[in-house]
Parts: sequence; C-alpha cells; structure tokens
Amino acid sequence: MSRPLLFTNARLVDPASGKETRGALLVKDGTIADLGASLKTAPDGADTIDAKGKVIAPGLVDMRAFLGEPGAEHRESIASGSLAAAAGGVTTVVSSPETNPAVDDPAIVDYLLRRARDTAIVNIHPAAALTKGLRGEEMTEIGLLKQAGAVCFTDGAKTIANARVLLRALTYARDFDALIVHHTEDPDLAGNGVMNAGEYASRLGLSGRTIEAETIILERDARLVRLTKSRYHAATITNRDSIDIARRAKDEGLSFTCGTSINHLSFNEQDIGDYRTFYKVAPPLRTEDDRLALAEAVRTGLIDVIVSDHTPQDVEQKRQPFAEASDGAIGIETMLAAGLRLVHADAVSLPVLLRAMSTRPAEILGLPGGRLEKGAAADLILFDPDEPFVLSPSALHSKSKNTPFDEARLQGRVLRTLVAGKTVYEYA
Amino acid sequence: MTANARPKLDFPHRHLLGIEGLSPFEMAHLLDLADEAVDLNRQVRKERKTLAGRTQINLFFENSTRTQSSFEIAGKRLGADVMNMAVASSSIKKGETLLDTAATLNAMHPDLIVVRHHAAGAVHLLARKVDCAVINAGDGAHEHPTQALLDALTIRRNKGRIEGLIVAICGDVLHSRVARSNIILLQALGARVRVIGPSTLLPRGIDRFGVEVFRNMREGLKDADIVMMLRLQLERMNGSFVPSVKEYFHFFGLDAEKLSWAKPDALVMHPGPMNRGVEIDSEVADGAQSLIREQVEMGVAVRMAVLEALARNLPNGGGVS
Repeated sequence: MSRPLLFTNARLVDPASGKETRGALLVKDGTIADLGASLKTAPDGADTIDAKGKVIAPGLVDMRAFLGEPGAEHRESIASGSLAAAAGGVTTVVSSPETNPAVDDPAIVDYLLRRARDTAIVNIHPAAALTKGLRGEEMTEIGLLKQAGAVCFTDGAKTIANARVLLRALTYARDFDALIVHHTEDPDLAGNGVMNAGEYASRLGLSGRTIEAETIILERDARLVRLTKSRYHAATITNRDSIDIARRAKDEGLSFTCGTSINHLSFNEQDIGDYRTFYKVAPPLRTEDDRLALAEAVRTGLIDVIVSDHTPQDVEQKRQPFAEASDGAIGIETMLAAGLRLVHADAVSLPVLLRAMSTRPAEILGLPGGRLEKGAAADLILFDPDEPFVLSPSALHSKSKNTPFDEARLQGRVLRTLVAGKTVYEYA
Repeated sequence: MTANARPKLDFPHRHLLGIEGLSPFEMAHLLDLADEAVDLNRQVRKERKTLAGRTQINLFFENSTRTQSSFEIAGKRLGADVMNMAVASSSIKKGETLLDTAATLNAMHPDLIVVRHHAAGAVHLLARKVDCAVINAGDGAHEHPTQALLDALTIRRNKGRIEGLIVAICGDVLHSRVARSNIILLQALGARVRVIGPSTLLPRGIDRFGVEVFRNMREGLKDADIVMMLRLQLERMNGSFVPSVKEYFHFFGLDAEKLSWAKPDALVMHPGPMNRGVEIDSEVADGAQSLIREQVEMGVAVRMAVLEALARNLPNGGGVS
C-alpha cells in the first residue's frame, strides 16, 4: 500500500459541480480521502506536494481513441497509447474496436482487458463493434460483449448505412442498456471526398464531403432513437446544422448525446493550407463558422463530450498526396493543452472544458471518474494551465507522430497524472 | 353434459379462422369437446362416424408434417375422407393464384378444408371464395387457432383451470402465430399472460395487447405457472434479429436454471418442432415439468373437436354427433 499523498496549495476544479476552490487534497488508498480549504494537515507518514497554485482536476476520460491492439501495434500499442494518455492527463481511455481482428467477439474483449491489465498505466475500457467485422450488416453479440466488459458499441469511423440494421441494433441494445456510439457520415454521400466541400476544396482541386453527409445520418439516427428509446451518442459532430439536430433531439428528451473532436474545435478547413495531411481527418475539418459554433455548443453543454479521436497513422500512411493519405490525427497527449486554447480565448471556462473531457464522458459511459469529491477514485491530474511550450513531436509518447500540433504553440502543461492514487506520469 | 344433450348452436361459426371472434363460452365448449376426444383416442377403437361421407382436404401451402398429420388423423378418426394437398410443390409453382386454387377445390365439393399458408390473411381470403368450412392451420404470423386450443387444453387438464394462471410466452413473439392465438385465448379464459423476448422479436404495440411485456427472462418468469417457449427460426439469427445462437440461448433459452425462477410446479410447453440448445435445453424439454409430448396428443383431440363442431353447421350436418 502506497503512502498517503497530500497536495497543498492547489486550485481544485470540480467540473461535476462547476466549483473551484483553493485548498488541499488528500489521496489515500487509491481514493480521494479528503479535500477542501479546511484540509490543512497531512496524516502521519504522508508525502506532501506543494501544488503551487496549479490546478488539480479529475483525470480526463477519452471516449474515442485507437490503441492499435490487436493488429496494428506498429501504429500504437496499449502500452504506448496509455503512456501518451497519462502524459496528456487522460486517466481513462475507451479503445476503438477497429482493430484486426475487430473487437466483435467476447474473447477479444477479454484479451484487451488482460493486455490492459498487464501493460497499461491508465484505465482502458474496450468499445466493442456494433456489427460483425464492422461490416454494417449483422449486429454483434451485444449482451455477451457487454458482460465481457465492453462499455459501448460502435463501428468506429464507419457509419451503419443500412437504417434497418441500425434500427434492429438500437432496438436490441436497449434491452441491455447498451450505449451505441455512432459515426455519422453517409458513406455514399461522402463519396470520395477528402475535405469539407466548398470554395476552399474547389480552390485546392480536392473533392469535398458535404455537411449533409453528416446531417442526414444524424437526423435519421435521431428519428431511430425516438422510435427505439435507446441510448445513443453521436461520436463527432462537426458543424452548425448538426448542433441544431442535436438540440432538437435533446429538447425532445431523447437519450441522445453527442461529442466533437478536439481537432474540430481547434482547426478549420483552411488549416489544411498547403495540402498538409496531418489535418486530414474524418469527418473533415469544417469552416471557421462551424468551429465557433462547436465551441459555443461545448460552452452551453449541448455538445456533451470532447474526444481526442486519437488515430495514430504511420509515416507511410500520411506521407502521401492529400487525397491518398489516410484519415486521422493523434491527439490524446495534446487534447488538454489544445482545449485550453478555448479557455484562454474565453470561449469556455475551465470547469466547462473539463466537464466535456471528464465528467460527461464518464456519466455517459457509466464509469466512475470525472468528479473531484471525497470517496471518488483518485484519478487525478495536476496541471499548469498557463505554461507555454512549443510542441515537439519527438517528445510525444505515441508511436505515431501524425499530430496537427506539430511545432504549435500551446499553453497548459500536465505536471502529474495519478490513476487510483498512483502517480503514472510526472513531468520532469 | 353429454354430446347428445349439447344444443346445436354451441359453436355457431361456419369456419375456424382464428381465436379472435370466439366467445369464451365457445372456446370452453371446444375444449369440452376435445376432452371427450381425448378419452376416445385413448381407447382401442377410436373411430366415430361424425364425418362419415364428408370430404376433408388438407391444403398446405407450407410444409408442416406435424400439424398436417394431426389433422389427418383427426379427420380419419371421425370417419372423413381425408385428402392431403401439398400445394407448395404443385400448382402454385405453375403460376396458379390462391383464388384459382380455391375455385378448383370448390368445384370438387369438399366439406372441410384445412389450410396453412405463409401469408397472414390468406385463409380468410380463401374462406370467402369456397362454400365449405375452412379451418386455419396457420396463416403467416397471424393465427394458429388449433395450436392455441391444444395448448389451453393441455394447461386445463394439468392445472385444472386456466383462470388466474400466469402464463409466460417466451421468444420470437414477433413472427409467432402461436403466440397471437394464445394471447387472445388465454386472456379470454382468465389467464394473466406475459410475453418475454428481446425487443427485436416483440411486435410493436404488444404492450397494448393486454399482456405484460418483459425483456428479461428472470423478471418475466417470476411466479409463472406456465412457461411457453416459442420456436426461433434459424433465419432470424445471424444478425438480423438476434446476434447469434450462443447469445440467444444465453439470455433467452430455457434451461433448468432459468426455469427455477418460475414457480416450483411450473410447467413447460413448446409448439414444436424444438431447436434444442437454441430456445430450450434438452434437460428441460425432456424433464419432469415438460408437457411437450402431451401437447401433441392434445393436438389430435382438439382438431377432432373443431372438425366435429364445424361439421354440425355444415348443410345436413345438424344433429350429427
């Protein structure tokens, strides 16, 4: 049993309550034993750390990250991904089922949990595939997969184009109170588009993907959720019209939540600039107007969750002509610093940002975490929201380096990450 | 009440197209008749002459060895001339419509036609176009009245009553004509009916059928007197309605452990043929609480009762018993 740990002189931010206090926090036996302004003295034998006014908050809960196992260990492994997560302040990761083989069998969930137990330093929860082989045709064994430990069901970056398949899956999933997470992009309408459709794509001579590829599926899904009363989460919405659809679904009282990616909150289509493939993500980066609308929707809570959408790609996949390069960017290690850009720009407050990165995803997934309260697991981060730095890809822990923040100026550094009271990362 | 004392209008219907439309009194009357047939069937000499000189055609557009032979035996024991027509393999394949078939049959002057068809409502359509009595032996996912009656008879003989019993109908209710007929019949006779299955296999609006709906076997089986399992067609698996046989059996297949959630003296039924290891475990299917074999026996008796009741309403049928 490790010794109790007392953080003093901390700025305690609890995104669940939205409250900020100055004071101390005591970690004992893997949980938050006490916290607050009145907490002064450490128990006997405790280690004390002076937080020097920096922020202590719940560790981030990332609902969408690709960890490469099994089948793509060269891009990322559970070990390397969890190290990157810890360095980014992420204490809980939901791993994508788009592996090889896909996570469509309870035995693979079991394998992942064993691998995570043996090699990960943060909490890893597998998402299971919603359809067998991610083919969008036949639902997986949702009940058995959930019993095996899958926390949600998703075909990752693939959309279930066949509405009847999704209807049956939603209907079936409801009996098991299973959460369905869906990527909302009509593959036929998206076609061979490689960036947001519009003037900028026309100027670059690239084929575009309309926002309607996203909104039509999202609208369809909202109607299916209304029909089935299932628990549904749109993985990454990216534009103003999608926000309107989500608002209507929520106003109706449906169990309909949504997320967006840190990339879509950080960049717009023009960041692609000179055909920079690190900005090629799916769905594509949208306009600045859309980006601002997304930030506003995070502020109001209409967008529940911010994900890293961590998609490691090896050099060969990205060092291609833009149209031929693979989609995706890494982001688990930079999501907090990138999100803090919104805080520094006064677009959202710090508790609101952290709510979307910890409290809400934990609630939606039904996982502990995302709360700074007595008795909660001590999955914590200590960070300096103001420290500036230039991101050097070589300093990243991920196996792949396809970051759109390559050499970017960021402000906000994770100093220490704890999982169940144990320090798993410390900035040297 | 003896057969001779029974008034002619106890069953005032020309056809038996479904349980829907029958009064509880008529249902009970058919069950009483069937009780008598059970006694007859257990004797060495089983014949009766109720249908002597009558022609019964079993017109099966869908294969069903069990139901067809049950009707065949029932008709023969009552003295009818029984003819089986397996339409699936004959004229329909040559392009004849259902109404053509009806007209052709009608010209042969049968007295009773027993029809099974894959389309709901087909039996009703046919009944409007022929002059004889029509018995529905299963139309699509709509009704299977003689199955419901034989189930009710089996229950009544084993429990002494139907009123007040809790009957749990489990599995593929969506595609089950057996479930629909049973829900109507058992409720009319005073049972509390529950349906249990995954939402994908429950019909939309089932909660407005007056039944209690459960998606969880443990909850649905609690305090049940009768556990009625339904056959899961194999084509419903493979991802369309349920993910796999393994998952279906794990959550919805009846095994000894799940059966223990019902009343200790609960009885198990299945319309057959069974998928062992899919909707029911062999240990339960062959166990002491199983009534599955008895259901088959009751099937012949119920079909005799129905044939006899309808025969009375045929032209020149009065007074025959």
